Amino acid sequence: MNLDRRLLKQLRNVRVAFVITILLGFMGGIFILLQAYDLSIIIDRVFLGKEPLHAVITLLWGLLAIFLLRAATLFFMHASSNSLALHVKAQLQESLFDKLLQLGPAIIQEHPTGELIATVTQGIEALDAYFRQYLPQLVLAALIPILMLIFVFPLDLISALVLLFTAPLIPLFMILIGKTAENLTKRQWVTLKRMSAHFLDILRGLTTLKTFNQSKNFIDRVNSVSEEYRKTTLSVLQITFLSALALELIATISIAIIAVQIGIRLLYGQIEFQKAMFILLIAPDFYLPLRTLGMRFHAGMSGLSAAQHIFEILELPLNRKQVIINSSPITQPIIGLPFKLEFRNISFTYPRRSQPALNEVSFSISSGTVTALVGKSGAGKSTIARLLLRFIEPDQGDILLNGESIYRFNPDEWREMVGWVSQSPHLFNGSLLENIAFQSPQVDQSQVLEAVRLAHVDHLVDSLVQGYDTQVGEGGARLSGGEAKRVALARAFYKQAPLLILDEPTSNLDPDQEALLVDATQKLVENSTVMMIAHRISSIRKADQIIVLDQGRVVETGHHDTLYAAAGYYHSLVSAYVGGKTW
Amino acid sequence: MVTILRMLRFLRPFRTTVLASVALGVATIASGIGLLGTSAYLISRAALQPSIAVLQVSIVGVRFFGLSRGIFRYVERLVSHSANFKLLAQLRTWFFKSVEPLAPAGLTYLSSGDLLARSIADIDTLEDFFVRLVSPPLVALITSLCASLFVGQFDPRFGLILMLGLLSSSFGIPLLSNRLQRNSRNQLVQSRSDLHAAITDSILGIADLLVYGNADEIHKRIKNLRSSYQADQRKLAWREALSDAANLLLSNLTMWLVLLIAIPLVSTGQLDGVLLAVLALIALTSFEAAQPMGLVAQNLENSASAARRLFEIANARPEIAGQAMTPITSIHPTIEIKELSFGYDSTQPGILDQVSISLTPGKKLAIVGPSGSGKTTLLNLLLRFWNYREGIIEVDGVDLHDLDAEGVRDYFSVLSQNAFLMSGTIRQNLLLSMPDASEAQLLAAIDLAQMADWLKTLPDGLDTWIGENGVQISGGERQRLAIARLALREQPIWILDEPSSNLDAITEQRIIQRIMNACNERTLVWITHRLTGLENMDEILVLSSGRIVEHGKHAQLLQQKGLYARMWHIQNQEIFDNLGTFSISSTS
Repeated sequence: MNLDRRLLKQLRNVRVAFVITILLGFMGGIFILLQAYDLSIIIDRVFLGKEPLHAVITLLWGLLAIFLLRAATLFFMHASSNSLALHVKAQLQESLFDKLLQLGPAIIQEHPTGELIATVTQGIEALDAYFRQYLPQLVLAALIPILMLIFVFPLDLISALVLLFTAPLIPLFMILIGKTAENLTKRQWVTLKRMSAHFLDILRGLTTLKTFNQSKNFIDRVNSVSEEYRKTTLSVLQITFLSALALELIATISIAIIAVQIGIRLLYGQIEFQKAMFILLIAPDFYLPLRTLGMRFHAGMSGLSAAQHIFEILELPLNRKQVIINSSPITQPIIGLPFKLEFRNISFTYPRRSQPALNEVSFSISSGTVTALVGKSGAGKSTIARLLLRFIEPDQGDILLNGESIYRFNPDEWREMVGWVSQSPHLFNGSLLENIAFQSPQVDQSQVLEAVRLAHVDHLVDSLVQGYDTQVGEGGARLSGGEAKRVALARAFYKQAPLLILDEPTSNLDPDQEALLVDATQKLVENSTVMMIAHRISSIRKADQIIVLDQGRVVETGHHDTLYAAAGYYHSLVSAYVGGKTW
Repeated sequence: MVTILRMLRFLRPFRTTVLASVALGVATIASGIGLLGTSAYLISRAALQPSIAVLQVSIVGVRFFGLSRGIFRYVERLVSHSANFKLLAQLRTWFFKSVEPLAPAGLTYLSSGDLLARSIADIDTLEDFFVRLVSPPLVALITSLCASLFVGQFDPRFGLILMLGLLSSSFGIPLLSNRLQRNSRNQLVQSRSDLHAAITDSILGIADLLVYGNADEIHKRIKNLRSSYQADQRKLAWREALSDAANLLLSNLTMWLVLLIAIPLVSTGQLDGVLLAVLALIALTSFEAAQPMGLVAQNLENSASAARRLFEIANARPEIAGQAMTPITSIHPTIEIKELSFGYDSTQPGILDQVSISLTPGKKLAIVGPSGSGKTTLLNLLLRFWNYREGIIEVDGVDLHDLDAEGVRDYFSVLSQNAFLMSGTIRQNLLLSMPDASEAQLLAAIDLAQMADWLKTLPDGLDTWIGENGVQISGGERQRLAIARLALREQPIWILDEPSSNLDAITEQRIIQRIMNACNERTLVWITHRLTGLENMDEILVLSSGRIVEHGKHAQLLQQKGLYARMWHIQNQEIFDNLGTFSISSTS
C-alpha cells in the first residue's frame, strides 16, 4: 500500500495537521450522505408525490446549506494537507542537506553529483503529492466507504452486498497491477536521474565538445535519450493506466449493476423509489474515494521510490571515527601555538581501487613552518590533504595533534582551524566580497583588504567596474582560472586559520605572481602553518620541510639543499624540472 | 499568450494524435453522463412499474456506458500522454539545439546550477503541457456544448443554466483566480529555481563549503530560500483549494437551479417527472469536464513562465551567427592574425590590443605571458567562440568570419583550460574528440600522455569509470587524459592552453617531448605561463596586458633581457643559483 515506515515517521511532527485533514475529509463524506438523502426525498416527493415547489422548498434550502458546508470542508482539507506536505518536505530536505554536509566530498566521489542534486531537489518534490494527496486519501478511502455501507445496509441489503463485494476489488487490482507498475516506476526514476545527470554533463561540457566539433552529435544524443525516456515512460504508463482502467471499470460496472438490479426490483415493487434513488445517488461517491486513491497510487509510488533514494543517503554510515569518539564541545581553539601535527603509519585505499593511495605514511609538521609535499601525480599528495581536511579517514594509522588523535574533535570544529585551496576551488554564486569573506557573520573590512593584498586580488578588484560587488557565478564566470584561484587564496587568507593547506597554489599563476605568492605564503607562516602541495620547485624551495612521495610512500624528507645533495628521487625530479638539460 | 502559442506550434507535427485524444476525452465524459443519466431514467421509469420491455433500452444503455467509460478513458490517456512525450522530446532537443550555438559566449553568465534548474525543472514543468493544458479546455468546451444542447431540448432555461455553470466552472473561475495570483505563480518558479540553485551550488562546492562555510549561515541561507518557496507554494495551494471548493459549489448550485426550474414544471405537468432525476444527474455529472480546468489555469502560468525562460535562453542571439559562406578548401591553412583588438564587453577594458601573429603550416609557436594577458581570449577568437570587431584573422587570406565556424574548428585539436570530462569511462571520454578511434589509437594516445603505467593500475583499464567531471581522478590525471584526447585528433593544428599546470616536472618534460615529436608536420600553438621546453619553438610571443611585447626564439628573448628573460629567471635561474653545482647554458 505504498507505506514506508520511515516516511510515516515524518508525520510525527505534523500529527495535528494530519488528523484535521482526515477529520475534514470524513465530514465531507457525511455531507455527501446528507445531500443524497435530501435530494432523493425531493425527487420522490415531486416526481411520485406530485408535490409543488413550496412543499419542498425547505428541503431545497437545506440542500443549499449542505453544498456550502461541503465546499468549506473541501477548502480547509486542501489547505491543511498542503501545510502538512510543506512541513514534511522541508524537514526531509533539511536532514538530507545536513547529512550531505556531514558526509562531505567523499560521498560526491561515489555518486554522480547530478543524481545527488536530483534527490535533494526533485526527489523531495516527489514527496509533495505523497503527503498532500496520497496518504490522506489512503485513510479516507478506507473510512468513507465503510461509513456509507453503514447507511446502505439497513436500507437495501442487496445493494449493500454489491457495494461490499465490489469495493475490495478496487484495492485488490490496485495492488496486483500496482506491484508490477512499482518496479517499472523504480526503473523509470533511475532513467530520469541518469537523464538529468547526463544533460547536466552535456551542458557543462558544451564548450569542450564544441572545440572537438562534437556538440551537434551530443544534441542528437539528447534526442535519442529523450526518445528512450518517452518509450520507457509510456510502457510504465500503459501498466499504471491499466490499474486506473480496472478501477474505473469496477466502479462504473458496479454502478450499472446497482442501477439495473434496483430498476428491476422497483418494477416489481420490491423497493421504495426514494431508497432506490438514494442508493443510486451515493453509488458514485461510494467508489470515488477508492478511485481517487487509485489515481494517486502513482503519486504514492513515485513518492515511495523517491523516498528510497532519500533514505539511502540519510542512512549512509558516517565516518567510523566520528561515530566511535564522542567529542566534548570545545570552546577554545583546538590548535594553539605551538603545536605539532603527526601522521603516524597512515594507510588509505580508495574504494574500488586495488593499490593503496597511501601506504604506512608517517611524518610530522611543526607550527610556524612550511611543509611542501612533492611527488608525481597520483603519489598521494591530495590524499594527505583530504585526510587533513577530514574528508576521508585512514584505513589504518592515526593523525595526532600534540600527541592526541585529531579524531576526538568533531569534523566541523576541526575544519574551523584549517584553511584550504584546492586544485580547482569552487567559487559560490554571490559577490566577490561574499566569496572572500565567505559566510563570516561580520565582515572585517581591514581583514578583507589584507587578504586581497596578500593574494594579489587587489588589482583585479580595481579593474572590475562593480569591484567587490561583482557577481562571480559557480566556477567563477568571467574570471580566468588564475583569477578564480587567487580569489580562493584570498578566501583562505581571510580565514586566518592556524593550519593552511595549499594544493598547488601556483598553478595557473604566472611567475611574477607566483613569486609574490610564495612571498605572501612566507608572511602568512608567522600566524599559520602551511602545508603545500606543489609541483614547482620555485615555490617549494623555500619550504622548511619537503616530503617526497612516490606511490603512496614517503621516500625522502628534508630541506631542498640536503635533499638535492642526496642525489635521490628528489634530485631526479629537480633535474627533470630543469628541463632535461643535464646533458 | 505568445509563449503559449509558440508552445502550441510544437504540437503541429502530431495533429492527428491531438485530435484523437480530444475526441476520446469527450467520449469518456459523455459516457459518465450517460451512465448516471440512463440509470436515473431507468430507476424513475421503473418506479412507474411499466412492462419490462419498456426498460430494455435503458438497461442496455446503462450497461454500455458502464463499460465504455473506462475503456475510452484508458485509450485517451495513452494517446494524450504519447502526444505529450513527443512534445517533450521535441522541446528538449530544440532547447539543446538552441543552446549549443550560444556556448560559450552566450552562456557565461548562467551558472551551471541555474542552467540545470532551467533545462531540467523548466522542461519538467512543461512535461504535462499537452495533457494538462491543451486537451482539457477543448474537451470542456465541446462537452459543455453537447450537454447544454441536450438538456436545452426539454427547456431552453436548462440549457442556459447548464451552459453558464459549465463555462464559468471551466473558464470563469480558473481565469479569475489565475488573474488574482499571477505574480505569486511566477514567483514560485523563480523561488524554486533559486532554492534548487543554492542547493546545487552548495553540493557542487561542498568541499570548499565545509572548510569555509559557517554551518549556521548555510542553513540560514537555504532556510530563507525555502521559506519564500514555501510561502509561494502555500499561496498557490490555497488558491487551488479555493477554486476546487468554488467548483464544487458551482456544480451543485447549477443542479440546484435546474431543480428549482424543473420542480414547478413537473408539478404542473409540463415536464415528465421521469426526467427530474435525469436532468439533475446530467447537470451534476457534466461538471466532470470542468474538473481539470482548475489545474489548467495554474499550470498555464507555471508553464508560461517556464517556457518563457526557456525561450529567453534560446532566443539569445548567438555570438557566432551565420553559416558557411566561403567553403573550406585548404587542408592545412596559413593563419594570419592582423592587428586584432578585443574586449568581451564595453564595461571591461580591452583584453587584446593590436595583436598580430603569423601561423604558417608546421610552425611551432608558443604564447606566454602572465595570467589575464589575453592568451585564452586569443584562443577563443581563433576558435570563433567570440567575434572580433577590430582587426582580422585570415585563414589562407579569407576572413575567419566569412568561414563556417565548424569547418574552421575542424582544423584544430584543442586542449582548453579546465578541460571537461564527462561521467563515464576513460574510453568514452577519449572518444569525445574522435568517436571512431580504434583501440590502438586510444592506447597510443594514452601512451603519449604518459598514462600507460597509470592505466595498468586500473582493474578495468580503459573502461574505468571516472566520476562526474572526472572527480575520482587527480588533477594531473585529468590533464593528461585531456592531452590524450587532444592527441587522438589528427587535425593539422594543435592548440594547447596551459596543458601542464597540474603536472609534475618529469611527466611534463616527457609529454612536451612527445607532443613536439607528434607535431612533426603539424602547426603547434602552445599557450603557457610555464617557460619550460620552449627552446625548440620556432617563435615565442610574449603577451602582456593584451599586447605582444616581445617575440623571437628562446635564445634571442633571453638576450633581450626583457619580460621573458625576467620571467624565465624567476622560474629557472634562481634555482640554479641555489643549486650552484649546475652550469646551464641559456642558449640551447
